[in-house]
Amino acid sequence: MSSIMELRDVTRCFDSNTVLDHVSIKVEQGSFTALLGASGCGKSTSLRIMAGLDRPTSGEVLLNGRDVRGQNAYERNVAMVFQSYALYPHLTVAQNIALPLTMRHLSNLGRMPLLGSFVPGATEARRTIMNKVVDAAKSLGLEELLDRKPGSLSGGQKQRVALGRALVRDPALFLLDEPLSNLDARLRIRMRSEISSLHRLTGKAFVYVTHDQTEAMAMADQIVVMIGGQVAQAGSPRDLYERPVHRDVAAFIGHNAINFLEPGDGINVGDSIVGLRPEDLTPNTAGSLSAKLEASEYLGSEIMLSLRSRRGTEFRAIAPGDYIVPTIGSDIRLAYEPQRVHLFDAVTGKRKSGVKHEAVT
Amino acid sequence: MKLSLEKRQTLTNLWLVGPATLAMVLFIFLPVAIVAVLSFTDYQFGAKTFNWSWLDNYIKLFSSSIGRRAITNTLIYVAVVIPFSVGFGLLVAMGLFRMGSWAPRFSNVLKTVYFLPIASTLVAMSVAWQMLLHPSLGLINQVLVAFGAEPHNWLSDRGLVLYTLSMIGVWSSVGYNMILFLAGLAAIPSELYDAAEVDGAGSSWSRFWTVTWPMLGPTTLFVMVITATNAFRVFETVATMTRGGPAFASDTLVYALYREGFVYFKAGYASAITMVFFAFLLMLTLLQFWVIEKRVHYK
Amino acid sequence: MKPTFISRIISSSFLVAGAAVILLPFVWMLSLAFKPRDEIFSTSIQLLPSRLEWSNFIFALTETNIPLFLWNGTVVVLGILVFQVMFAVPCAYALTQRRFLARKLIFGLVMIALMVPFHVTAIPIFLGFAQVGILNTYWALILPFIPTAFGIFLFRQFFAQLPSDLFDAARVDGLSETAIVWRIAFPLALPAATAFAIFSVTTHWNDLFWPMIATTDPNLATPPRGILYFRDEESGDNVGPLMAAAFIVTAPLVILFLMAQRKFIQGLASGGIKG
Repeated sequence: MSSIMELRDVTRCFDSNTVLDHVSIKVEQGSFTALLGASGCGKSTSLRIMAGLDRPTSGEVLLNGRDVRGQNAYERNVAMVFQSYALYPHLTVAQNIALPLTMRHLSNLGRMPLLGSFVPGATEARRTIMNKVVDAAKSLGLEELLDRKPGSLSGGQKQRVALGRALVRDPALFLLDEPLSNLDARLRIRMRSEISSLHRLTGKAFVYVTHDQTEAMAMADQIVVMIGGQVAQAGSPRDLYERPVHRDVAAFIGHNAINFLEPGDGINVGDSIVGLRPEDLTPNTAGSLSAKLEASEYLGSEIMLSLRSRRGTEFRAIAPGDYIVPTIGSDIRLAYEPQRVHLFDAVTGKRKSGVKHEAVT
Repeated sequence: MKLSLEKRQTLTNLWLVGPATLAMVLFIFLPVAIVAVLSFTDYQFGAKTFNWSWLDNYIKLFSSSIGRRAITNTLIYVAVVIPFSVGFGLLVAMGLFRMGSWAPRFSNVLKTVYFLPIASTLVAMSVAWQMLLHPSLGLINQVLVAFGAEPHNWLSDRGLVLYTLSMIGVWSSVGYNMILFLAGLAAIPSELYDAAEVDGAGSSWSRFWTVTWPMLGPTTLFVMVITATNAFRVFETVATMTRGGPAFASDTLVYALYREGFVYFKAGYASAITMVFFAFLLMLTLLQFWVIEKRVHYK
Repeated sequence: MKPTFISRIISSSFLVAGAAVILLPFVWMLSLAFKPRDEIFSTSIQLLPSRLEWSNFIFALTETNIPLFLWNGTVVVLGILVFQVMFAVPCAYALTQRRFLARKLIFGLVMIALMVPFHVTAIPIFLGFAQVGILNTYWALILPFIPTAFGIFLFRQFFAQLPSDLFDAARVDGLSETAIVWRIAFPLALPAATAFAIFSVTTHWNDLFWPMIATTDPNLATPPRGILYFRDEESGDNVGPLMAAAFIVTAPLVILFLMAQRKFIQGLASGGIKG
């Protein structure tokens, strides 16, 4: 349908340094978009430009189809969650969550500590705000903490407060800048599902910046992979996994790093680079690819095999958990399904489509 | 009509930075420029016109006995205050620092006492000093007499008055230097003392020369410059106790600038005194920046 | 450990003796303030008064303008502080948390202004105030100290340490830059503000130079200026009340210092970087 946020051909330069290079990103209404990339790839800058905290050097920023380059963050009515949580240390949890509402619903005078209560409507406004704060706190399990200061909260609690602050104001769009990267691994997995359910609950579009492909794959319905200030590929997680348009994207996506085999490694398709994921490569005595077994890691449900091709390229394959591992150093044969093979141009790294490959034995 | 975002941003910056910048220009930069210009004129407060006198004011300041007096007095004052104030400050700081390990409470009480002059009103304390140094009623002369010594006219003896003021200057600044030295001492890692002891520097005397003194070197430089900058501005004690007298024996640059400018209304001449005072302080401030830089690098 | 014991005795007695010298004028001031008239003007050694004579304090507080001087001092000191903060904090905030063209230039101006002692600007400011006709007003005592390069510098150092995410979050939450300055930045800078307030208040409460120039009206005298008026009027006759007055004038800051020593020392020591 219509896109809620769109960056159209956005370039951002800091002095002589080009951080974003003709970036176009479309965020659909109600979608969960992940901006995925290594640090310095421009994903955070894209988010800041969406938020209105930064301005493009050239290109357009559309919110609901309208150009919002002339609007600051507040006028765009977007909510943002920061990696460092950015909670106001001198305010209580309740005040932190209430602040965006206070700014919106109370006049300058009404915000004054004592005088404020005499301003007409201020008392009601205050009550509505308090109700909303309590609601948000309840949905995040923060009721007990409302009177505490951020300094006394754990990382996970701080993260919830930051989410609560974004949640209360009913924004057009949620922007999240690596919100989980400061949490420990177990908490991260729990917060992941909480954020997903918040997304379902609000029905609003989420834009989520992360360098962790697992997070992106788990939560997003659209992933935008950014490399070197450019959008390398945008698509559904399945698209990206199954049809990466570039060898760099292929290298980024997937729980197990993809193997790249060069001509002479056993799978020859002209001068193309062959990309084959470890999970698509299994030991099979009838297999067409042979390699020397160098090491094996038993992981319970599966066994990770480290191999070396005839030409000396290291690569990995996954065997089922009941596979009987031959002695290290012996040659084994591996099989794969031809449609699982990704071909990339050796020079540009771009995906080659339509070229049938033939295995050489 | 709504202004564009860029214009609004510019207005915001102006609104945040403008008042302070304007005030700085109005009350600091403009006056400095004016005082520099005035120092080349014979302007008098209240006069309608002035003449360019070029270097006359400066020549007068450096050649007249009164002018030279103010400069040399200030330099002597600074030269006396620096070693005593810095030296005592260091000794007190080292003493209190060591006492802190076996009598922390008492050490803190003494620290408070030494800092007391910094927190009190110097003019009020000068009035008290004046009574303490009173030729007949003052405690100091009374004690001297009781021990059979000569009483002195501490504040009206031409040969003595400047040194009396210097000692009061030391009294008022030693606590400040102590604080700076205490900070410096606290920053010395105690392992250095252990290392020195292992290396054979066992006595407190040799520990001082192998560890404390070299580590405090940059702090000491810094403290000296700060003491000098403050001593150069000596005014309150002079204005309260001696008014530069007797016979200009305790005249200093700032007091001379006050007297010439605001008692005799010789704005031009007073401006020249101001410029000379400023030049001295600028040199010290530049030295201070250099020292701070050095201290940072040392750490 | 006999040697340490002895060295401790020696060094503590030196420290105590030094402290006694430091305290001497305070003791003498209080002693004279409490001494009856005849004991003040006796030439025999008497460190402490034989009885506490409160009349000197009563005289200073009722028969002289000391209460007025204290009031003047309070108005001037608080006036200066409020304006200094109002001007310096937004400027320091913009210098650290916003990017604009003149930023470096303005910070350069601040660093240069830091090197200019107030005495240098006295003559032109006096001339200007005479022109405008505001000599002998509270404004004459307050205005020249509003631009505080030192304050801007101090707050700038503090704001520079705050994470910029915090201010971005505030912008997203709908705070104007002015609101960010006063609702976020300033409350967070309270430690720096306290240090600065202590520095500013002691400096201007104790200042004699500018009040002597800018005012000739005894009714506008700040405490130090007032003490001198009082002393010169009484021409050395009324030593007891004079000492009581001197004590009353210096007491507020000393009491404040004794109550909040750490803050005080921190505040006044931070003045060290000021030229």
